[in-house]
Order: sequence, then structure tokens, then C-alpha cells
Amino acid sequence: MAVSPDELKQRIEAGIPGTSADVTGDGAHFEAIVAGPAFTGLSRIAQHKLVYDVFGAELGDRIHALSIKITPMEAR
Amino acid sequence: MSDSASNPMREAIQSAISENPVILFMKGTPEAPACGFSARTVAILESLDQPFAAVNILPDPAIRQELSALSGWPTIPQLFVDGELVGGCDIVTEMFESGELQQVLGIEGETPAAVAPAAEPAPLSIENLL
Repeated sequence: MAVSPDELKQRIEAGIPGTSADVTGDGAHFEAIVAGPAFTGLSRIAQHKLVYDVFGAELGDRIHALSIKITPMEAR
Repeated sequence: MSDSASNPMREAIQSAISENPVILFMKGTPEAPACGFSARTVAILESLDQPFAAVNILPDPAIRQELSALSGWPTIPQLFVDGELVGGCDIVTEMFESGELQQVLGIEGETPAAVAPAAEPAPLSIENLL
């Protein structure tokens, strides 16, 4: 089943409370620009893992590649 | 956690990470990367004249499986410096652009030639370790 950028956006936003995601992609390779307070104070590794954990084993399989840019934000 | 005696692949990966100060797990080889993300990560290390060991994860799916189980990181490439996961292509690229990668590698503000170790570690394959 094809993956849409919109599905990824909704799942990131649902999976990490307070987050807003901007996802682009072609069905296999995606780029997500993700911002939210959940990332504040975390190492880069931990920030990316937070997003990876939303998708688990689908990464590298159903979602061939997901490139991530994180912007930590103040809690609103 | 599996018993390492019953999991030679994981043990081999752990040894490779411990024994090589800079090691990249990638798709393909530095000479012939098989994925754009692996290619970009290799290009960054090479632009810094940073010697690194490389492991091609493609020949055996168990390499990737055990590596990800070990590192908790789902994607390839994965760069380790001094036994620590630095990140994948996105993080390596960001850190290169900000100068943090050069810091982690200990080449900040010096000419690469001045800090290059005497011997460049030969690229290794996981088979060599088993």
C-alpha cells in the first residue's frame, strides 16, 4: 500500500503530542520537518528516535526512507 | 538481550564498533555506495579526509537486523565515533554543516593532514570478523 506524505504528517502529529509536521515525499522517500516542545533538551539522536518510534518496523520497509529535520520549540 | 555466545553476528558488530574509532555501516562500499544517503555520508567523511572503517550491510540481512537491535537506530547509514552512535545521514549532514562533526572527530580548526592517523584502517567486511 502506498504511503502518502499526509499519512506520515498525521501520524507524527498524533504520535508526538504538541508537534507540527511538514512532510513531503514521492511515496518511497520522504522528508519531514518536525517542530514541537517534545524535542527540547534532547540529543539529536533522541530527537530523531522519537520520530522513528512513531513508525517502528515500517521504516526501511513500507516507508523506504524518511529524512528528518527537527526544530525544538517552547511549549505553548 | 541475547547471549553474545549464541549471537556471533551481534558480537562481531559490537567488536567492530569498539575496535574502530570511526566506523560507518552503509549500503554498498565507500567506492560504490548503493544508496544516496550512504553516498552523502561517505562524501562528508572524505571531504574531511577522515579515515573510517566501512561495513557493507547489504550482503547479509542479519547484519542490519543485529546492528539496529544493538544501536536502537532503524535506518542505514549509521556512523559510530569512539563506540558511540553519532547518527544517520541527516544528523551527520547537520553536524557537518554546523562544525559539530569536526569537533566530534577531533579535527576542529586543524588541517586534516595534521591530524590524520598514521595508518588508514582498511575497509572491513563483517566476514573478516567472524
